[in-house]
Amino acid sequence: MCRECGCSVNHQHEHKHEDTKTLEVFTKILEANDRQAQENREHFEEHGVYCINLMSSPGAGKTSLLEKTIELVGRELRIGVIEGDLETNRDAERIKSKGAPAYQITTGSACHLDASMVHKGIHHLPLEELDIVFVENVGNLVCPASYDVGAHLNVVLLSVTEGDDKPEKYPVMFRSADLMLITKTDLLPYVDFSVDRAVSSAKKIKPNMDFMMLSTKTGEGLEDWIDYLKFKVKFYRKAFK
Amino acid sequence: MHEFSVVQSLMELIEKYAEENKAKRVVKVIIRVGILSGIEPHLLELAFNTFKEGTIAEGALLVIERENLKVKCQECGAEGEKDELNTLCPFCGSLNTNIIAGQEMLLKSLELECEDET
Repeated sequence: MCRECGCSVNHQHEHKHEDTKTLEVFTKILEANDRQAQENREHFEEHGVYCINLMSSPGAGKTSLLEKTIELVGRELRIGVIEGDLETNRDAERIKSKGAPAYQITTGSACHLDASMVHKGIHHLPLEELDIVFVENVGNLVCPASYDVGAHLNVVLLSVTEGDDKPEKYPVMFRSADLMLITKTDLLPYVDFSVDRAVSSAKKIKPNMDFMMLSTKTGEGLEDWIDYLKFKVKFYRKAFK
Repeated sequence: MHEFSVVQSLMELIEKYAEENKAKRVVKVIIRVGILSGIEPHLLELAFNTFKEGTIAEGALLVIERENLKVKCQECGAEGEKDELNTLCPFCGSLNTNIIAGQEMLLKSLELECEDET
């Protein structure tokens, strides 16, 4: 029986018969993004630049942390920033006013940065003059977790005002993180946030995750954070020499 | 919601394979979505049905296979599926495990309608 017209196979009028075939492909859906991310990583490596992807919900303190970090490292580590936001250049302006090069990507309605957006950003930064490039992702605990942007380290910020249950609620994000920074610790006396609970639930989804606590307001923990960055950059350089 | 971006990538793959195989139509698309891939199947289906219009996959049926989280324990050596979204070994409770399934987002197979010369 002919499926197109419903007539018997020996029909008189002309049209071609179709045949279906099944094609097994087993391809990652985000294969193209993964490929671009790998190219970004190699590009950073050619310049000896260490790339860190900062992720968190909106308002956890990513930009404030970067401002403080740039102030504190001085000339020891030269930092550049790729900023991702739905709208405005405000964050890039904040970084530039601290004396570091920054490039703003406005995603319009996209809820995450992907590898090709970061690739565009790379070409607006003077890589040969930098030690670390921070990618400040769009504030969102869901979508950025699925997109490799080509960083060497994924960092997730969790501010104490958000609640200690976030690692359990957003497992994909916390699984993707190498380091969890618990921020705004100066507010701990005023909120019901159990550091133990946040850390133990994060470790259940990512057992080898590092964690640190800090407050950009009081400066608590910032010294450890800077030491951590220096340590990471030092061993990264060794691996690529 | 990043399911629209994921579907855009999926459509590009489908169009590539359809063209390589000189397909006239795509009849069925089977994908495998891990429970820890960050994808919500319902939203993915919604996005697919929006994007497929006017493409070679316009009449295609999307089949989403869910893949559970599966870990292999480095302490006791056991492999097991997880009901909860954590990586503790389901047998000995160790944290020293590797995820062996449940994180991927794969295009598994395509059913294509190709021209037949008869």
